[in-house]
Amino acid sequence: MRDNVPETTGLATYNFAYLDEQTKRMIRRAILKAIAIPGYQVPFASREMPMPYGWGTGGVQVTAAILGPDDVLKVIDQGADDTTNAVSIRAFFQKVAHVAVTTKTREATIIQTRHRIPEGKLTEGQTLVYQVPIPEPLRFLEPRETETRKMHALEEYGLMHVKLYEDIARNGHIATTYAYPVKVEGRYVMDPSPTPKFDNPKMHRSEALQLFGAGREKRIYAVPPFTDVVSLDFEDHPFEVQKFDKPCALCGAENVYLDEVVLDDKGGRMFVCSDTDHCEDRREHGHAGHMLANKEAAE
Amino acid sequence: MTPLLKVNDISKFYGSRVGCRNVSFELWPGEVLAIVGESGSGKTTLLSCISTRLMPTSGTVEYHMRDGQYRDLARMGEAERRFLMRTDWGFVHQNPADGLRMTVSAGANVGERLMAIGDRHYGKIRETAIDWLQRVEIDESRIDDQPRAFSGGMRQRLQIARNLVTSPRLVFMDEPTGGLDVSVQARLLDLVRSLVHDLGLSAIIVTHDLAVARLLSHRMMVMKDGVVIEQGLTDRVLDDPREPYTQLLVSSILQV
Repeated sequence: MRDNVPETTGLATYNFAYLDEQTKRMIRRAILKAIAIPGYQVPFASREMPMPYGWGTGGVQVTAAILGPDDVLKVIDQGADDTTNAVSIRAFFQKVAHVAVTTKTREATIIQTRHRIPEGKLTEGQTLVYQVPIPEPLRFLEPRETETRKMHALEEYGLMHVKLYEDIARNGHIATTYAYPVKVEGRYVMDPSPTPKFDNPKMHRSEALQLFGAGREKRIYAVPPFTDVVSLDFEDHPFEVQKFDKPCALCGAENVYLDEVVLDDKGGRMFVCSDTDHCEDRREHGHAGHMLANKEAAE
Repeated sequence: MTPLLKVNDISKFYGSRVGCRNVSFELWPGEVLAIVGESGSGKTTLLSCISTRLMPTSGTVEYHMRDGQYRDLARMGEAERRFLMRTDWGFVHQNPADGLRMTVSAGANVGERLMAIGDRHYGKIRETAIDWLQRVEIDESRIDDQPRAFSGGMRQRLQIARNLVTSPRLVFMDEPTGGLDVSVQARLLDLVRSLVHDLGLSAIIVTHDLAVARLLSHRMMVMKDGVVIEQGLTDRVLDDPREPYTQLLVSSILQV
């Protein structure tokens, strides 16, 4: 890879995409294994990255391992392209790999994400890389790693429903709203990382390859394209996604995931698309929500 | 009728120390067997070997499966063994915290086994849980409380309900009344006795308390230094002990 980098790029101290080639090879092996066994957590020798744990060290390593010079990278944090985490990871790869970056979902070949799946439909050839804090869906119910591994191996997933049962018993409905457990290809129960459960249906038979990296926990798992991803539920309490009363205040989009923005200290608030690219795209195409209209009228 | 469980010549050694040695017996459907003896006599080791929680050094345990076949438990795959343990068997620990999930509600504790074997209807699971709480005399209103909020006796009853919900055929109990005060013990024993009778359960009960054995069991085995020194019908052994050690044991019961 190093040969591909022009000498004028100032990359002399780093290998392409920061990690050395042996490390990338090790991670690629783990990724291949993960793709071969959808939903299975593959252990890998996670490296220290020049950012703290919790900032997406797992996702960054996966991205670094699959990134090529021709890729176009998009990084989102809670759906937004312009928050600290997204900006710094994007800048990191610009610096160490000189890849093209974008904020447009359609143009990206690799999208690294923290806790959202873009609203626009992902297509064949795109790869979504998730940053995962705790890969083990059974962890908060069963603290022993030896035991959870055995439970995965023997497909003993009754405990996962115990959690959902507790939700209903306490709140009258399944109150888990993020990191909602899914069953992949009828076999492994998987934590879809802390994405809102709103995004769970988008994982089902997605055309894009989905890779999950957990740096601190040293696990990689994957959902290959066109794989069944089914959210767990009860027959009399079926899985449901969040619903919002109002459309996005800026672009008027409905059936998208909205963020609440506090406007002042008098109770003013607005709900806007969490996916900033989707929102901008719609506004460029002439869609307008009620707050946007107000703003223009004021000007 | 055929035996439910055949134990052939089980021995367990911890290095050069003896856990239990050359124990053989058969357990029949509907029979309650008590294993008694002093601390360190190998009762719990024997129970662990039979219930596959420990691998015996030598000997076999055969179980009469629901399909009518005898299977050697040591030769079963782990998946099959664990499935057997959570459907056809129950295990009641001395300390309820070992057998319960202390951080989830009583209802979920009872329902866990049902969900593990594929029940996916919340309403039905809850109905079954309520039914079982009533059968072990826990008020229906406590269904959403965590076992942490329960008294020792209630926890033990909850543990029993959790084990019996899948209608097992064989239940292991390790000192089920240990640590409970006498009146609670009496109530629990009464409950266990009626449940065992109503459900036609087989049970193996490990206890150092001869009164428990007298009340619950049909047959008993007396252990000393890892060896079964005397066995027979409970009333026979307690009323007419033959071995000097058993005589000593029986005569040590406190009379009030």
